[in-house]
Amino acid sequence: MATNLATAQLTAPDSTANVNGTQHALPTDPRRTLLDWLRDDLGLTGTKKGCDHGQCGACTVLVDGRRINACLSLAALHGGDTIETIEGIGTPDVLAPLQRAFVTHDGFQCGYCTPGQICSAKALMEELAQGWPSAVSADVAAHPTPTPDELRERMSGNLCRCGAYANIIAALEDVIAAEDVA
Amino acid sequence: MKAFTLDHAPNADTALAAMGQGATAIAGGTNLVDLMKLQVATPERLVSIRRTGLDTIGYDGDGLRIGALVTNADCAADMRVRQDWPLLSQAILAGASPQLRNRATTGGNLCQRTRCGYFTDTTQACNKREPGTGCAAREGFNRIHAVLGTSEACIATYPGDMAVALLALDAVVLTQGPFGLRQIPLAMFHREPGEDPSRDNVLQPGELITAVKLPAPTGGRQVYRKVRDRASYAFALVSVAVDLTMEQGRIARCALAFGSLGTVPWRDPAVEAVLVGEVPSPALFAQAAEILLRDARGFGANDFKIPLAARALAATLAQATKG
Repeated sequence: MATNLATAQLTAPDSTANVNGTQHALPTDPRRTLLDWLRDDLGLTGTKKGCDHGQCGACTVLVDGRRINACLSLAALHGGDTIETIEGIGTPDVLAPLQRAFVTHDGFQCGYCTPGQICSAKALMEELAQGWPSAVSADVAAHPTPTPDELRERMSGNLCRCGAYANIIAALEDVIAAEDVA
Repeated sequence: MKAFTLDHAPNADTALAAMGQGATAIAGGTNLVDLMKLQVATPERLVSIRRTGLDTIGYDGDGLRIGALVTNADCAADMRVRQDWPLLSQAILAGASPQLRNRATTGGNLCQRTRCGYFTDTTQACNKREPGTGCAAREGFNRIHAVLGTSEACIATYPGDMAVALLALDAVVLTQGPFGLRQIPLAMFHREPGEDPSRDNVLQPGELITAVKLPAPTGGRQVYRKVRDRASYAFALVSVAVDLTMEQGRIARCALAFGSLGTVPWRDPAVEAVLVGEVPSPALFAQAAEILLRDARGFGANDFKIPLAARALAATLAQATKG
């Protein structure tokens, strides 16, 4: 391989990302994770840092509609991306249906994992609508049915130390029934 | 994290040029960024391959070609994969979480490092992380470690699920590197540790995975069974992938691969040979397990994996051969 294809040909990608509808310049330090950039640079502290190793899901945000762990992603790799955090999903005055359902069903105690749970659940609805299978689907080629088992499996990337799982699933079932997902 | 520079490659050739100058490729980063935080990985230069266009799935004759940057989520949800290679969907969906699968890629997943706790703890002896320092796992907490393919130097497992299915499906890894293009059968991709555990696979410096190729579907019954400490979002203690065809009550053909049992995704032709042509029975499955585990060796806390593998194999075969 010729080595004259040097750094000059490595393109500088779009150096901004859209966060909750506003365009922001990405950090210049490539070490900045998406999570630290959102929280520390943009002040969007709704997204939480739990384990910082992709094991708890507290940092879940939506990138181009897909849920990811913001702690394991370098912010500089998100040029041109559209990012939605809990702040973009609803506000205290105008709660999103999922937020309303979590309140109704008491889907939390301390609330620390809740922003991640809600971002994750929002993406889950879209994945169901797209017909994605899960590890508990009897037939991976079939369109899934949102049974409690399916919902538990699909929310398994979000841990809740308080153990509000039963109420979280109840909140999801409410929203699925109301919005006719899947 | 140690300081590093980051470049963005618009195509594979540019990425390869940067890698030829010592850059480490980054795609989803779900494993690499974590290891960089722990300073287990300390690359001075990264090149992003996210925009190199290697992110499509397409037919390749009767087989399928899965681009290296296809995410685990997209691969598992692809209807061609779900219908004709369901083992691959099942294995991917058995691993990690939806969030991780949305970011993790096909090529990156093949290259993921072991989850041995001594590998990720820089205060411990580990020949894989730092050759020549020894192996703290041999006499340490080795419940998750390998019982097949181990060496004096290393007993760490390859932890993934996807590669186990790919091994049973006779997949081929396509690469591009300083010496041109290579097609590496998955069975030859991962390396047993031997005296040099630092290299997990046969990729050369500067060589990039561009795709994974699946041969034509076998039409067999495909089952991925994963045994783990909790029902979801945990690495396997033992996993079994089978693609099997029955004819007139006998096993006509059979491909079997095992995860988290060996230092690499494990496949043993002798196990398949003893099954083919036979009528399925608990005695036959026990015989197959005996052959699979003839050289198995535990290190204390992982001794249980040997009987567990025998039972997981029997259960998987029972499921794949019934009715």
